[in-house]
Amino acid sequence: MGSTLIKNGRIIDPANNIDATLDLLIENGRISKIGKSLATQASEVIDASGLWVTPGLVDMHVHLRDPGLEYKEDIISGTRSAAAGGVTSIACMPNTRPIIDNLAICRYIINKAQEQGSANVFPIGSITQGLKGEILSEMGELKAGGCVAFSDDGLPVVSSELMRRALEYADTFDAPIISHAEDLSLVAGGVMNDGLVATELGLKGIPWVAEDAMTARDIMLAEYTGGHMHMAHVSTRGCVEMVRQAKRRGVRVTCEAAPHHFTLTDEAVRGYNTNAKMNPPLRSQADVDAVRAGLADGTIDAIATDHAPHHIDEKNVEFAIAMNGIVGLETMLPLTLKLVEEGVIDLNRAIALMSCRPAAVLGIDRGTLSQGAVADIALIDPNLVWEVVPEKLLSKSNNTPFGGWKLKGVAVRTLLGGKTVFER
Amino acid sequence: MKFQHRHVLGIKQFNAEELNFILDTAESFKEINTRDIKKVPTLRGKTIVNLFFEASTRTRTSFEIAGKRLSADTVNIGASSSSVVKGETLEDTARNIEAMHPDIIVMRHSASGSCDYLAARIGCSVVNAGDGTHEHPSQALLDAFTIRQHKGKIAGLKVAIIGDITHSRVVRSNIDCLNKLGAEVVISGPKTMLPPGIERLGCRVAPTLAEALKDADVVMMLRIQLERQGKSLIPSLREYSRYFGLNETNLKLAKTDAIVMHPGPMNRGVEISTVVADGPQSVILDQVENGVAVRMALLYLAAGGEKMTED
Repeated sequence: MGSTLIKNGRIIDPANNIDATLDLLIENGRISKIGKSLATQASEVIDASGLWVTPGLVDMHVHLRDPGLEYKEDIISGTRSAAAGGVTSIACMPNTRPIIDNLAICRYIINKAQEQGSANVFPIGSITQGLKGEILSEMGELKAGGCVAFSDDGLPVVSSELMRRALEYADTFDAPIISHAEDLSLVAGGVMNDGLVATELGLKGIPWVAEDAMTARDIMLAEYTGGHMHMAHVSTRGCVEMVRQAKRRGVRVTCEAAPHHFTLTDEAVRGYNTNAKMNPPLRSQADVDAVRAGLADGTIDAIATDHAPHHIDEKNVEFAIAMNGIVGLETMLPLTLKLVEEGVIDLNRAIALMSCRPAAVLGIDRGTLSQGAVADIALIDPNLVWEVVPEKLLSKSNNTPFGGWKLKGVAVRTLLGGKTVFER
Repeated sequence: MKFQHRHVLGIKQFNAEELNFILDTAESFKEINTRDIKKVPTLRGKTIVNLFFEASTRTRTSFEIAGKRLSADTVNIGASSSSVVKGETLEDTARNIEAMHPDIIVMRHSASGSCDYLAARIGCSVVNAGDGTHEHPSQALLDAFTIRQHKGKIAGLKVAIIGDITHSRVVRSNIDCLNKLGAEVVISGPKTMLPPGIERLGCRVAPTLAEALKDADVVMMLRIQLERQGKSLIPSLREYSRYFGLNETNLKLAKTDAIVMHPGPMNRGVEISTVVADGPQSVILDQVENGVAVRMALLYLAAGGEKMTED
């Protein structure tokens, strides 16, 4: 394998506190040197003048739909979409068909991604076999086979006893539990955030307390067991505050927030926009503000998309029966940079929230530009303004509420293990 | 004035002038219903499809009679006979009907927003006959028509609406319609049946039934649908009736000349006592009668209104 020299880029590597115009040398797929005006000869030279050079982004919450639901997305299209968004590592949720609750599916995903994918894929195994909420999955074997965490995402673990045991058992193998916190009895068939908009549209509301009540339980279980609980897609003021308090008490709790939850409110549902339907639902402005504050003060550990591709036929229906979720891999970066532009977080934190910090939550050796690290790198043009055209996204699905938005900042080249996997 | 709307999706789309125009148009149709020969050729050659995905007797019959009295050809499709049971999507069902060139589709559907959905996807006019818990514009208009008939005006009246506000499309349309026409709307019901933010739609929430009824000019009772709301919102019909049912005693709190309304179908002895329902202040059957005239007006206007020549 040859060498690649990335010259004159602004290197932003939060894990190592680097933010400077430097050169970066890749040898044998790994980062071998970062320095000023490296004079090294390289087989390939990339001029990154005017660009940011960051760790390849890490998205710890993605639905790849492969195996079983390939009509929505597959590992090839999903990882291409990731690469186009500057994302080089994704953790994929287990609600495939079959479920990721056995070694064969875990290995299938990892192998297919390695052979045909454009990003690293780290499977997340299910907490319970078949996502049924009854019997724990074989977490030891799954972890050894490449799973990085366990989650029944899409469904809460209803039984508190089972969730307790899941935390304890996963911790035996140093794996976090990722909680989809939702009290289904409070959701009670709701399809959007409970509030004025739901009242006006005549749509059944999901109250914030449905998420908060389960989050409170899960944090308490983490506190009791000492296990690592990661709260997926926090969307309410209360959840952010509970995580903040729990961290102060030293509870092993981490959490993530999705770009749509810090960008949009439930106003986006008006007109019965099914591309504004997801779970948890878009909330109120107070919730959006709280999520932003949580990102700013470090309460929230990661920005994760909850990339949830759905076929047009599953969205082009009456609101009540439309599927939950939106694609997000290609819009995460610019929507996060918007927070920087708006002064909510600084650039260093923005990149950290999309690289080294989610990597730390999952315990994977990605998300940095450290010497010797695998050369997963995003070259970002921070000033390029582009319009989101849903049909042009590289995902198989185009269910985004950001269609027509003009966003600033985009990955122009993405390297995976030193090899260019995407170029704009 | 010119009626600029191809669809009737909700009260939301109309301003006060347009609402009054619809009511005035209905006024001119009302007389036809009492004639010996109850038919005018106004919509001759027009085809109206009544697409009802939810059971309905009153509204469907009312729309059908309205269409027939205007000489339109009306076709009824019910949920049980539709292809929904065969798994066809709403859009496909509608497109197939549209391929047969109807002029108007009148639709009732359990999903809020389904009429907006349809209107965005097909070429003919869509008239909302009730979509989920969103809107029921023809009901609000016939209610306004009935109030105007009995009170001579709507502006300045106090209208009390009692019952399950959360699950009522009638309430949403009525609050909007009555507000635009200048009435004061007060609602009441158990807190399990009051949706968040409802007052911001233009009404006051009275904590008790008595307070809502006090000095009301119009009392509108809503149907309690145990089958729809499940069991968790109220403990029993008995208790509901005791705290939120209208009877001879509490009706006295309203103005002596107050009228009593109900969109039907009634649960006698639950939200309204039989004595009140059949009493001198009840205008419930007037509502049904007026419904035909109001729906004639809506169909006429949706079909092109004054652009049409009458022969």
